[in-house]
Amino acid sequence: MRIVVALAAMLSASTALADEIWVSNEKDDTISVIDIETLEVTRTLEVGERPRGITFAQDHSVLYLCASDSDTVQVIDPDTGKILHELPSGEDPEQFVLHPNNKHLYIANEDDAITTVVDVESRKVIAQIDVGIEPEGMAVSPDGAISITTSETTNMAHWIDTNTNQIVANTLVDQRPRHAEFTLDGKELWVSAEIGGTISIFDVETQAEKGKISFEIQGVHRDRVQPVGFEMTKDGKYVFVALGPSNHIAVVDQKTYEVLDYILVGRRVWHMAFDRDETKLFTTNGVSGDVTVIDVEKLEPIKTIKVGRFPWGAAFRPTNG
Amino acid sequence: MMLRLLSLCFLTSILIVNAAAQQKKLDIPIAYLEIRQPLPPTLSNLDEIPEDVGLQGAELAIKDNNTTGKFLGQTYSLEPVVLEEGSAGLDEARKLLEASSVLLVNANASQLQDIAQLPEAENAILFNVASRDVSLRDDACLINVFHTIPSRAMLADAISQFAVKKRWADWVLIEGALEGDKAFAAAIEKSAKKFRINLSEKKEWVFDADMRRNAAQEVPLFTQDFPDHDVLIIADEANDFARYVLYNTWLPRPIAGSEGIVPSAWSASVEQHGAAQLQSRFEELAGRKMRSIDYAAWAAIRSIGEAVTRTQSDQTGQLRDYMLSDKFQLAGFKGRPLTFRNWNGQLRQPIPLTHPGAVVALAPLDGFLHQFNELDTLGIDQPESQCEKFGGAQ
Repeated sequence: MRIVVALAAMLSASTALADEIWVSNEKDDTISVIDIETLEVTRTLEVGERPRGITFAQDHSVLYLCASDSDTVQVIDPDTGKILHELPSGEDPEQFVLHPNNKHLYIANEDDAITTVVDVESRKVIAQIDVGIEPEGMAVSPDGAISITTSETTNMAHWIDTNTNQIVANTLVDQRPRHAEFTLDGKELWVSAEIGGTISIFDVETQAEKGKISFEIQGVHRDRVQPVGFEMTKDGKYVFVALGPSNHIAVVDQKTYEVLDYILVGRRVWHMAFDRDETKLFTTNGVSGDVTVIDVEKLEPIKTIKVGRFPWGAAFRPTNG
Repeated sequence: MMLRLLSLCFLTSILIVNAAAQQKKLDIPIAYLEIRQPLPPTLSNLDEIPEDVGLQGAELAIKDNNTTGKFLGQTYSLEPVVLEEGSAGLDEARKLLEASSVLLVNANASQLQDIAQLPEAENAILFNVASRDVSLRDDACLINVFHTIPSRAMLADAISQFAVKKRWADWVLIEGALEGDKAFAAAIEKSAKKFRINLSEKKEWVFDADMRRNAAQEVPLFTQDFPDHDVLIIADEANDFARYVLYNTWLPRPIAGSEGIVPSAWSASVEQHGAAQLQSRFEELAGRKMRSIDYAAWAAIRSIGEAVTRTQSDQTGQLRDYMLSDKFQLAGFKGRPLTFRNWNGQLRQPIPLTHPGAVVALAPLDGFLHQFNELDTLGIDQPESQCEKFGGAQ
């Protein structure tokens, strides 16, 4: 998302069309496209089975989508909504990350304990890496040197050298890691653990754990406070953390790791995406089947938008460029 | 060029750290002892019970542990022994305990008791993966036995919570003639009291006719003289007759217990909280659906795996202490971390209430609060525990 935003900022700012948020609906086999100006769904696209991971190419010319139960990554034209072609992805692709080279997708194959690396140009698998059970969280360092896969049942972050596509380190995290992100400066890796209820922060150079964040929401049992997806603001200020069935987003200070606030959103909040200038945050709420729009400055929810069944991932698309 | 050099240095440092982390190699042999139980004759031939219930769950957990272990230099192996009905299993248990200090027992309560009291088992960790017997967790508990299968008390409390939530406050009960049916019925009666449910009448199932032909005639008559009720509970662990009662009762009422809404450790209809992944991994391995005893065996070996991974130890004392500590958590695909009760070694776990097509509810239900852990609203809680021997962490 950082890359997306950075690139979007470079685009010229003529305003023919409004920017969009694309949401994958896991149990509807569709994508809902939200117009950021009107905060309404303007298009619903039919895609492959069980769509989850969703991300744009750096120039936003195509969308990549994990169609998990179709065992493929679909490449979609965002203007027409048509599926252009499919990429080999290994079985049950759940989540992926696009390398800064804009060429290599690192894909978690949930059922096979494998990370698959696909070249989007040649449309070929260039490597498959054995990782732990149920790989899910995927990240790549800003310099592109390291790719991360977290595995849910093995409870590890696997550090993959992107030159050799070999694992070079494994670090234990708490139960059921779900999502991983590097800080913009590449110095820290953050990993959320859904059942453990924590986010672990690693020093990238040494892979040593340098911090751990726990969450506490009044009136919600701690077992139900389950960090899953999260996103960092590029100004280095906040990290927004989806807390699953507690129906809240935590606002964390990116520097001090202090939890600043909790924002009530829809049920079983999962992932999220910012708009162009990070003034609005869009969260996918799986069980309630909607998206909550959060005002980032006020840290308040401003609107709920109905989407398909079990919205999973979200991605930003600038359109007025 | 500069950048490339920098990143090379960086990678070298990673490799060194990684090598250090992998230095401690551990081999963890885990034993599995099953004593086949005589199956009571049942009216229906529809459900064949697979021969490898429990064992396949253990095998899957060994695979799971090894996938994690390969990154840490830990290797897990399973030594399974399956004995015919009527064996005591004591010699086999002794032999297994010579080679392994972790033993899963898939047997009945009294067989488990005998095995756990062998001198060879004194410093071992045993897991009860099959017996739902309440007293094994209570007055008859033992220091070296953990339980990953839920007790009948936990199962009954799950039904009660659901009934309270639905305001199904009036119950009647049919119990089968077998020992397990009586024990389940007793747990249901106790649970009804605990949750202030009015259980107005209990009847024993006495028919010996073949229900495949006669359910439609006999069940309405059998249930006709029950006082009015919100739900009919059936305790029939082998599902001998319960299946024929469903939809054939005098009054149109929901059924729960051994038929209808069924509480269990695990069911084929559990899919939320990542369970679909466990289901598909299991099915790929076993060629069938995962059952409760499979799940209990899986959870036992995964618990040991977690303890070994986090402590980097193969010493049973350390593993036991870790499993009973606040640090231990098992992600068991039921939406909450699973932990062990340190007063009786029972694995705390949500109980799905299911029918063959879906999960109806997951206990503990919302609103059943607890001072420490909502999962302790299911089964024997610490203040009422009669277990003296388990003794918590050493």
